Amino acid sequence: MTTTNNFGLKAGLLSIVILLLFLFGWHMLVVAQQGPAAEGLDPEYAALLGKQATEGDSALPKPHEVGAELWQHISDPFYDAGPNDKGIGIQLAYSLFRVLTGFGLAALLAVPLGFLIGMSPVIYQALNPFIQLLKPVSPLAWMPLALYTIKDSSLSAIFVIFICSIWPMLINTAFGVANVRKEWLNVAKTLEVSPLRTAFRVILPAAAPTILTGMRISIGIAWLVIVAAEMLVGGTGIGYFVWNEWNNLSITGVVSAIVFIGLVGMFLDILLAHAAKLVAYAE
Amino acid sequence: MSEAPIQFTPPKSHSVSQGTEMADKPDTPLRKMIQVEGLERRFPNPGDKGETQIFGDVSFTVAEGEFVCLIGHSGCGKTTLLNILAGLDGPSSGHVIVDGKEISGPSLDRAVVFQGHALMPWMSAMTNIAFAVESRWPNWSSADVRKHCQKYIDMVHLTGSEDKKPAQLSGGMKQRVGIARAFSIEPKILLMDEPFSALDALTRGSLQDELVTICKATNQTSFMITHDIDEAILLADRIVLMTNGPEARVCEIVENTLPKGRTRSDMHTHENYYPMRNHLIEFLVNRSKNFAAEISAADFDPRNPPIARPAAASGTSGEQSLPSNDASATQEKKAS
Repeated sequence: MTTTNNFGLKAGLLSIVILLLFLFGWHMLVVAQQGPAAEGLDPEYAALLGKQATEGDSALPKPHEVGAELWQHISDPFYDAGPNDKGIGIQLAYSLFRVLTGFGLAALLAVPLGFLIGMSPVIYQALNPFIQLLKPVSPLAWMPLALYTIKDSSLSAIFVIFICSIWPMLINTAFGVANVRKEWLNVAKTLEVSPLRTAFRVILPAAAPTILTGMRISIGIAWLVIVAAEMLVGGTGIGYFVWNEWNNLSITGVVSAIVFIGLVGMFLDILLAHAAKLVAYAE
Repeated sequence: MSEAPIQFTPPKSHSVSQGTEMADKPDTPLRKMIQVEGLERRFPNPGDKGETQIFGDVSFTVAEGEFVCLIGHSGCGKTTLLNILAGLDGPSSGHVIVDGKEISGPSLDRAVVFQGHALMPWMSAMTNIAFAVESRWPNWSSADVRKHCQKYIDMVHLTGSEDKKPAQLSGGMKQRVGIARAFSIEPKILLMDEPFSALDALTRGSLQDELVTICKATNQTSFMITHDIDEAILLADRIVLMTNGPEARVCEIVENTLPKGRTRSDMHTHENYYPMRNHLIEFLVNRSKNFAAEISAADFDPRNPPIARPAAASGTSGEQSLPSNDASATQEKKAS
């Protein structure tokens, strides 16, 4: 007990030290970028240029500025002041909705299809060329096709998430199902268990950890892709928010968005890791 | 399946084996639960280079309530043979008749205890057994299933470990669950594939004792594959000796000359123990390898292998116990 406590404490302290070093380095870097203030400017022109010109400030925010921005977002996440000014909570909710919808639809297709591929070597052989060809395609390459056929930018984003979530789930499900221990299947056979009952009572629980691993990879990729997809389709979502902050030249906004994207991605991963623990078994 | 061209007339082989059995048993003719007739299994060679015969001409019977062991080196197709009996694999030729019907696949009448316990690791001990019981009696209520499972869990002395997962059980306990699962469906025949080979000697001993008790109490017809000679002597009424593969044959069927009710602790004191043991060791060490020479003896019929009854010189069965005389002893037995 004491050793594990010590271990956790040491690691935690080290994490804090690393964070402080990082923040200090960041702060020093920004301070070093400060140049001389421009002199003799027309006051009206100076007001337009902002601090970067008048006080020689770097466009990069200092850590405490990002902290203040983060706090502002956290304290009022759901405000809606028009299409270009929504709270970060609303933007994240849009993105999460797209990711979960696309991912859910992909799971509905990939798990049964993966089951089929895993059970039948013939279907595996037949579908393998298609899977191998489509798997390496960047999901964003589907975007123009989706926009043209679906004619709705939000649905197109969901479609892109759907496409990129399919492959890891499909491949892992097929692999998990194909590699169920022969002796468990033999047990079911000698007990004259029907194929459907074998699928649900033997193959599914046996392959569940592998399937969950596939889902975990999929949702990670989906969360990566949604930012890029929303930058393209615009309108709402955390990806659009990042791009919008860039257009506003608000590096502070971009950095705080990065922090939120990271936090949500971490949360999704932890969620699926817990789900994986529920179906894990020790042999 | 029915391609065996020069199949020995089955009635004859039946009457012969039946006769030899009756010599040792009460006068009621015992029902044949398993009849294996001219079984052969070939596997294709890698690279389309013909086929290799793993074993052929395998014929033997198991009577109701009888315990038969098959001994042979690894590679002689023991597990393949058991898989065919279980219905998990099909023979290249020959038949397996169980309780009067030729088998065509797995059946709940034939329970299998696998070499590795083959428990589902995500199910508790209770659920593993319940999975089998629910398959046998799909219409039972869950309370009935539980009660039935509990009976068999108690039988293998796992009371208190019902809700443990296999990973939380020791090797011996896992195999106990495997045995309870097999018995729980009340099969006509119990098939076991080296069920204790992965266990340490002490655990193996106690499980063998329990198996003896359970089989006796339920009059279970059993067929077990093993390479442990003492296990075979303790458990088996008859021992089928298989030669080395490929092209393995049943070389001899040994009747256990030790009295019923023998136990692990007292069987080695019986005068027939060492003759039995020596006979089996001699087979495993020498004869199983050099069987080709023995088989060329003019009147060896692989489908009707000779019966041997190794016993002490003073014993009634009159089998020689000296290993070097085994071949002649076999001939003598066959003549009888």
